[in-house]
Amino acid sequence: MAYIVKPVFITSKMVSRIKKFFIQIGELSYFAGRFFKETFTLPFEFKELLRQCYHMGNRSLVLVVMTNFIIGLVLTLQSRPTMIQFGAVSMMPNMVGISIVREIGPVITALICAGRIASGIGAELGSMRVTEQIDAMEVSGTNPFKYLVVTRILATTLMIPLLVIFGDLIALYGSALVENLKGQVSFQLYFNTVFDALSFGDLVPATIKSFFFGFVIGLVGCYKGYYCKKGTAGVGVAANTAVVTASLLLFVVDFIAVFVSDIFYEL
Amino acid sequence: MPLIASKNLMEPKNDKGRKVVIRIEDLRKSFGSNQVLNGFNMVLYKGENLVVMGKSGSGKSVMIKCLVGLMTPDSGYIEVMGREIGALDRQNLDELRSDIGFLFQGSALYDSMTVRENLEFPMRRHKEKLGVVQDTTPLVIEALENVGLGHTMDLMPSELSGGMKRRVALARTLILKPKIILYDEPTSGLDPITAKEIIELMRSIQKKYNTSSLIITHDVDCARVISERMILLVDGINYADGTFSELSSSSDPKVEAFFKK
Ligand SMILES: Nc1ncnc2c1ncn2[C@@H]1O[C@H](COP(=O)(O)OP(=O)(O)OP(=O)(O)O)[C@@H](O)[C@H]1O
Ligand SMILES: [Mg+2]
Repeated sequence: MAYIVKPVFITSKMVSRIKKFFIQIGELSYFAGRFFKETFTLPFEFKELLRQCYHMGNRSLVLVVMTNFIIGLVLTLQSRPTMIQFGAVSMMPNMVGISIVREIGPVITALICAGRIASGIGAELGSMRVTEQIDAMEVSGTNPFKYLVVTRILATTLMIPLLVIFGDLIALYGSALVENLKGQVSFQLYFNTVFDALSFGDLVPATIKSFFFGFVIGLVGCYKGYYCKKGTAGVGVAANTAVVTASLLLFVVDFIAVFVSDIFYEL
Repeated sequence: MPLIASKNLMEPKNDKGRKVVIRIEDLRKSFGSNQVLNGFNMVLYKGENLVVMGKSGSGKSVMIKCLVGLMTPDSGYIEVMGREIGALDRQNLDELRSDIGFLFQGSALYDSMTVRENLEFPMRRHKEKLGVVQDTTPLVIEALENVGLGHTMDLMPSELSGGMKRRVALARTLILKPKIILYDEPTSGLDPITAKEIIELMRSIQKKYNTSSLIITHDVDCARVISERMILLVDGINYADGTFSELSSSSDPKVEAFFKK
């Protein structure tokens, strides 16, 4: 019998790619380990941390508001006809509320921030590496890992959950707007129904998940920028791969988070 | 990291009656199969201007980065002001680095900070050394006026020209009053007139603070004006050394190549 499918040969290029992939995972873990080590040693760059928090919130707020508002609108508009068909339109706030708070809000906000913040960090640290600013910091007696990396990762870890909560509220507002205009549901009734429907078990895993999202965004952005290859092309690559890697990792983290919280749910 | 030659510690710190501030012995560094430094030796005496010349890609920047601990050499012995770089912990290394000024090849100003913040940055960890408690403004003004740029304090680096950036970088290098200054291509990328101004500045600084300077360059004019002694870095080793006139009249083809117009 002849082979129908041509056998796939493992080329040396594939081997080196796979090798590179695992090397990156190793390096990223080492980088994360170094982050934890240096976070808990003095001196602490508190002023820079505040500055970074402010910058990150400031830079992504408009995007987060716009995307979440639209998602809230669209989700409600799209599911309305089906809900009407099932005679369940009064369950609209429950359905939208739960899906936004548990999944859509955190993921949309984190993805937007991966595009905005991780690429920003990648490009910023990358160009600092290429133009020797990181070396200059090192020789002037400031630990650049602490000053640049630790502050940024902490800032994303703290700010993404805040942005997620804010984004959730905006998305719910968008949804309420549709219900208000199309279904004559008052905002008060809408939000009362939403908050009645939401339980502790919806809010806590979503919030914990957001912290991890923030950590991943900061970690990947810093890692790509800090080890940027020389040359201006390297900066572009750092920014680009930061977004791609961070977005992919976000889904992996999301999967793990949902998996774990599901186990707790059943207990 | 196998650092050889601790025997050198036993040797007297004086060569020819002059105090040694930097000593490099048998420095080797490679990147993969690219053997950059191949047993480089160098001594910098107190108060002198030493020029290290070599063509692009010969490993000058690698050498100077090993010197301040930004890169770890594969092997070799590096001693700065009597202390072995490879053996220092972070705190002692930072302390030693505050006595070394480093002017980077591309100025390396922090481009998210103003000129003033750039100059204040090195002082954040070394306030005790400078004896200032709170206000560092007078020091910033003094350093900027030393390089003739007193009016640029609140500008961003992106608003400065290349020559101005180099001067601000020089001011930043000087703000901790270092005893040794390492210049990585101080005149590269500048027009001849600006280059000359930078060289004049370097000379006046050297007179004013009596620093020892290691100047890395491939600019023959710069070397002629500023060098008291020169080392040529060829094929990863200290190929030749001597004064500018000695080397420029040499008949060795590899040495001649540097001085041919
Ligand atoms: N981080 C690094 N990784 C890999 N190779 C490097 C690295 N840094 C330098 N090299 C290599 O070492 C060699 C010497 O580089 P170096 O920057 O010291 O040259 P240079 O003498 O300073 O040249 P230039 O005058 O152009 O500044 C080059 O071939 C370079 O490719
Ligand atoms: Mg160089």
